[in-house]
Amino acid sequence: MIENRPGLNLLAHLTLMLGVAVVALPVWVAFVASTHTATDFMSGTIPLWPGPHLIENYSQMLGAGVSTSGTPPVGTMMWNSLVMALLIACGKIAISITSAFAIVYFRFPLRQLAFWCIFITMMLPVEVRIVPTFQVVADLGLLNSYAGLSIPLIASATATFLFRQVFLTIPDELTEAARIDGAGPMKFFRDILLPLSRTNIAALFVILFIYGWNQYLWPLLITTSSDYYTIVAGIKRMADAVDGLPQWHLVMATAMLAMLPPVAVVIGMQRLFVKGLVETEK
Amino acid sequence: MKRTLFRNQLLPWLLLAPQLAITFIFFLWPAAQAVRQSFLRQDAFGINTTFVGLSNFEALWNSPEYLNSLQVTAVFAVLVTVLSMGFALLLAVAVDRMIRSTSVYTTLLVWPYAVAPAVAGILWWFIFNPTIGVMPYFLDAVGYDWNHISSKTDAMTLVVIASAWKQISYNFLFFVAGLQSVPASLREAAAIDGAGPVRRFFDITVPLLSPTTFFLLVVNIVYAMFDTFGVIDATTEGGPAQATNILVYKVYFDGFVGQNMGSSAAQSVILMLIVIALTVVQFRYVEKKVAY
Repeated sequence: MIENRPGLNLLAHLTLMLGVAVVALPVWVAFVASTHTATDFMSGTIPLWPGPHLIENYSQMLGAGVSTSGTPPVGTMMWNSLVMALLIACGKIAISITSAFAIVYFRFPLRQLAFWCIFITMMLPVEVRIVPTFQVVADLGLLNSYAGLSIPLIASATATFLFRQVFLTIPDELTEAARIDGAGPMKFFRDILLPLSRTNIAALFVILFIYGWNQYLWPLLITTSSDYYTIVAGIKRMADAVDGLPQWHLVMATAMLAMLPPVAVVIGMQRLFVKGLVETEK
Repeated sequence: MKRTLFRNQLLPWLLLAPQLAITFIFFLWPAAQAVRQSFLRQDAFGINTTFVGLSNFEALWNSPEYLNSLQVTAVFAVLVTVLSMGFALLLAVAVDRMIRSTSVYTTLLVWPYAVAPAVAGILWWFIFNPTIGVMPYFLDAVGYDWNHISSKTDAMTLVVIASAWKQISYNFLFFVAGLQSVPASLREAAAIDGAGPVRRFFDITVPLLSPTTFFLLVVNIVYAMFDTFGVIDATTEGGPAQATNILVYKVYFDGFVGQNMGSSAAQSVILMLIVIALTVVQFRYVEKKVAY
């Protein structure tokens, strides 16, 4: 701050409070709605404060779900989302860190070509090649499986580049010392590179977990059996099904549950989250 | 470049194998298929395919629906980018004045990043629900009859708000980082020369923030074009009367619902070219940032 202007400070605080309120508004409305019963919406006046049905609504959704909507209980969908998010996050990190290790620490023919093949994935988001990718996954018999939900999404140019940057900053002296002590490449990777990139792995994990949990189009297409529905994709099916018979309180309870895990990760690991966000954009 | 290297020849390929296998099977092969199919036309039963050259692309060029989708995407992307970046910049500038409360406000503003686009769509769709939503209730009080199911403008407003809302936290974090890198000495010097806060903002902060702004412009356009599928599908499904049918939604709809493979593939190819162009712009900028 350059000079003390109480008026401007007050204005800044007011702006921020307004901003926080605008940002929080939809979640507050959803939370309030999720604590009422269906009949509370019929009266025409919208409830603005939480009602007494919080535990009742959430336990109904987690345990039993809405039978008319054709979706499984939210507990099942959250489990599927968790498995998918963890497989995507761990898978991306595992294959990217080994790829970066190969590209930085070895010289082999076609190295440049391999690098470009990985780079090109950045230009092919799933949305633009959706139909042929679906055909490939269907031909491989991966519809309705955790493998189908995660494997097609785990190639990652961004993560590979991130680890490449990290490895390039690790001093050559460490590699030399390891080689003099007789360490082979995999021992060097396990005992030196992995521990040194621990915080980068953690930061990346936060970003990738959110990315995996929030997948929508892909799970929507390849899961036709309700056993594999994920919560983010399932919520739309639920909202469609209850459109005739408005059960807003239950849809909103599901929406709250769908955003709880990733939001908790962002707030609980804010430092790692910001680090991951900034690093993946380099 | 590393001076010390390992000599193995087989090991690097083993290390690269999983990534390359997934890249070939799920990225390069489907992309090649999309390019191939964009030159083919299937009959109604999917039995015969004929090579039709560029006629799928010609058909798109002559299709009022596709041209409308291009226009809708452009309007949508610009509105989302401007709204989200404008709001985020305002908040970032306000937070930049704070000393003690920065982290509290940051925590309260960053979490929407974690909300899935589809869930953001559902939340705003509920708020704007014409019968029981909160906003139509207040809008009605000021004499506006909100209905995003029949009004094109209302539908566009809804998807823009839902998409921009989710992106505010991302823009906010990068603007805060950008503002922190503006040297305090420059602002102090300007203050001594008698420039007020507004003048300082426009003459010092805005120019020095331009790399961040440009980077965010590209990221937001990419977000609005490709990551908002969930918002559209959860709220308007492209309607009413194609008013919110952005390009990615149209590819999906024509391919999976309309089963028009040739057209969908041609649209995929056009989208790939757009992504490639945007990626090139982004990477050229990254190089510039180093020199800045």
